[in-house]
Amino acid sequence: MHELSIAQNIIEIVEEHAAKMKARHVTEIVLDIGAVSGVVPENLEFAWEVSAKNTVVEGALLKINFIEAKAVCLECKKEFELDDIYTMCPHCGSFQFEIIQGKELKVKSIKIE
Amino acid sequence: MCGTCGCGQPDDHITIRKPGEENHHEHTHEFEHDHDHEHDDGKHKHSHHHKFKHTHSHDGHEHSHDHEHEHHEHDHEHSHSHEITIEQNIMHKNDMLAERNRGYFEAKNIFTLNLVSSPGSGKTSLLERTINDLKNEIKFYVIEGDQQTMNDANRISATGAPVVQINTGNGCHLDADMISKAVKKLDVTEKSVLVIENVGNLVCPSLFDLGESKRVVIISVTEGEDKPIKYPNMFMTSHLCIINKTDLLPYVDFNVGKTKEYALRVNHHLEFIELSVKTGEGMSKWYEWLKKNKAK
Ligand SMILES: Nc1nc2c(ncn2[C@@H]2O[C@H](COP(=O)(O)OP(=O)(O)O)[C@@H](O)[C@H]2O)c(=O)[nH]1
Ligand SMILES: [Mg+2]
Ligand SMILES: [Zn+2]
Ligand SMILES: [Zn+2]
Ligand SMILES: [Zn+2]
Ligand SMILES: [Zn+2]
Ligand SMILES: [Zn+2]
Ligand SMILES: [Zn+2]
Repeated sequence: MHELSIAQNIIEIVEEHAAKMKARHVTEIVLDIGAVSGVVPENLEFAWEVSAKNTVVEGALLKINFIEAKAVCLECKKEFELDDIYTMCPHCGSFQFEIIQGKELKVKSIKIE
Repeated sequence: MCGTCGCGQPDDHITIRKPGEENHHEHTHEFEHDHDHEHDDGKHKHSHHHKFKHTHSHDGHEHSHDHEHEHHEHDHEHSHSHEITIEQNIMHKNDMLAERNRGYFEAKNIFTLNLVSSPGSGKTSLLERTINDLKNEIKFYVIEGDQQTMNDANRISATGAPVVQINTGNGCHLDADMISKAVKKLDVTEKSVLVIENVGNLVCPSLFDLGESKRVVIISVTEGEDKPIKYPNMFMTSHLCIINKTDLLPYVDFNVGKTKEYALRVNHHLEFIELSVKTGEGMSKWYEWLKKNKAK
């Protein structure tokens, strides 16, 4: 389960910022997770429970903004929402498209006290 | 207990070593120490403690410590909550280290491949045969990734190519930091080919850039032809897809055309080579691809 190393990366980033700000507690962490980022939010939440123990983020609220995937078709140039990476353009049936949104894996913000 | 040195630690630490070498690995120890943080919110001043995990290395060994701290009691009420904007990519650290590796490889003219597949698709077999067939023309170096065993490094060592084994313990992928350490140990020379055999897994190696020049995904005809849509991120991030074990096509129900169609839906830039490491069929196309891309 690679969400464990993702969770550890997040904690490292948060610890770094929390230490810089001399924070006593971290109460909230906001993430952007794209639909085609390769990270499954449910798995991440599970990994989070395990990884947060005995760290500065223990007990913090984890908020995940799930970002829908969007692509632009290389044939007809139209934009469309992507359910799966292996879908086709709903306008012209082409498989040739570039993903323009949905690969996000980001720590947006934290709340500290 | 750690099977490598019997140090009493659970066998989940990362080791990087050459065949025949022992005892260079990461330990996790419980370690206690205190430190205070001064903090001034305008009304009062006090110090308090946190729990932080650190990793640091000394004497060539790397140790992880948990720092346990007691939180002190306050005899006053206060709250000072702030929101901090961070906007940082979760893979940022690995991506940065990968770019450092990439810069090093480019400067030294080292062509680097990251081989990924499910266990048993034929990564080590492909490497063994490739090195044996081309070793008079190309200088090969190999980094082997595996959770526990030294088997693959021993197989590569038999070809005469310098090899380092990374055992990831519970970790199911290699990362850029491990590669930078392994490359130092290997002492890779200029104008060579460095092949990294990743841990057999089609899920998380896709997220970890190692700094490679090209990523090669291998699927064998004994696997499901829908692998590309089951593991889209792996096929999306690869440059070449090798379809191996074509000698078995008469005995299995595997539609090569369908696999390619699925893979192209995920990544329309993907190239394909069908081959059999066993019989040698198609290997010349792979060697052509290797030499052409190395020269770029
Ligand atoms: N029939 C056949 N078997 C192969 C071929 N390539 C590899 N194998 C076998 O597949 C098994 C797994 O190969 P290995 O290289 O260890 O796979 P890895 O786990 O991806 O490194 C071994 O028993 C190989 O002998 C091939 O082209 N044809
Ligand atoms: Mg292998
Ligand atoms: Zn279209
Ligand atoms: Zn040990
Ligand atoms: Zn502290
Ligand atoms: Zn320490
Ligand atoms: Zn206080
Ligand atoms: Zn992993």
